[in-house]
Amino acid sequence: MSMFNVFNIAGSALNAQSMRLNTTASNLANVESALGADGKPYKAKQVVFQAVQMGTAGQGVQVKQVVESAAPGRMVYDPKSPLADEKGYVTMSNVDAVEEMVNMVSASRAYQTNAEVMNTARTLMQKTLALGQS
Amino acid sequence: MFEEIMNGVEQMNVQLDNALRFHQTALNLRAERQELLAGNIANADTPGYKARDMNFGSALGSALQGRGTAPVALSTTAARHIAASAPGSSAQLLYRTEQQSSVDGNTVNMDVERAAFAENSVQYEASITFINGLLRTMQQAVSGQ
Repeated sequence: MSMFNVFNIAGSALNAQSMRLNTTASNLANVESALGADGKPYKAKQVVFQAVQMGTAGQGVQVKQVVESAAPGRMVYDPKSPLADEKGYVTMSNVDAVEEMVNMVSASRAYQTNAEVMNTARTLMQKTLALGQS
Repeated sequence: MFEEIMNGVEQMNVQLDNALRFHQTALNLRAERQELLAGNIANADTPGYKARDMNFGSALGSALQGRGTAPVALSTTAARHIAASAPGSSAQLLYRTEQQSSVDGNTVNMDVERAAFAENSVQYEASITFINGLLRTMQQAVSGQ
């Protein structure tokens, strides 16, 4: 029954979008981080989506990889910081807060849409199950 | 005597099948299209994804004529089992014409997809209503009131 596949497809999208929300949360939390977990300035992380075949016709989505943004880090003049270079500049994270906010709104809207798709599929399946009962 | 009854039952089954076939086929295709549209919506942010859809009218036409992939038949293991088969997919998948191009090569237009999804849901419910009506009619005929 192909209606079950709608659940798989929308579910894969929910999963992918929540992962995107996760990276956005991580990026936003580290906007002011001069040091990442590896000791270097924090790099913004972005997810890369990829379509995967699910069932006969529909295609779901999966997170292919998480890439680190190659943008240069923000330079902040702070000679007192222990991380400052010889000219007194500290390399901060390369997170663009505005871009992350846009990403967050986009991901949450996509999540809502797919949740609604699931709800619709559920309603239709319930009606199918009730065929001939009324 | 038993053979005669079984023949009668089989004939009635065929008639019931024929009465419902159109709507059954339509419902199957609607479910398949729903799957396609859900895939489009799921891939709204996937770079390079091309939105797909089917021409429902022509898909229904070819499904009713029995074209498309081979039907999946129910295996009968005893002589008295009634043969049945579910149709395979008859829909030819098409690519949607792009209205506003995006840099990442994605052709999903959320408004179009949402509208198509809502429309397809209503049509699915309509098919269900038709089948329910047919079943009620048959029930009435059987109960002889």
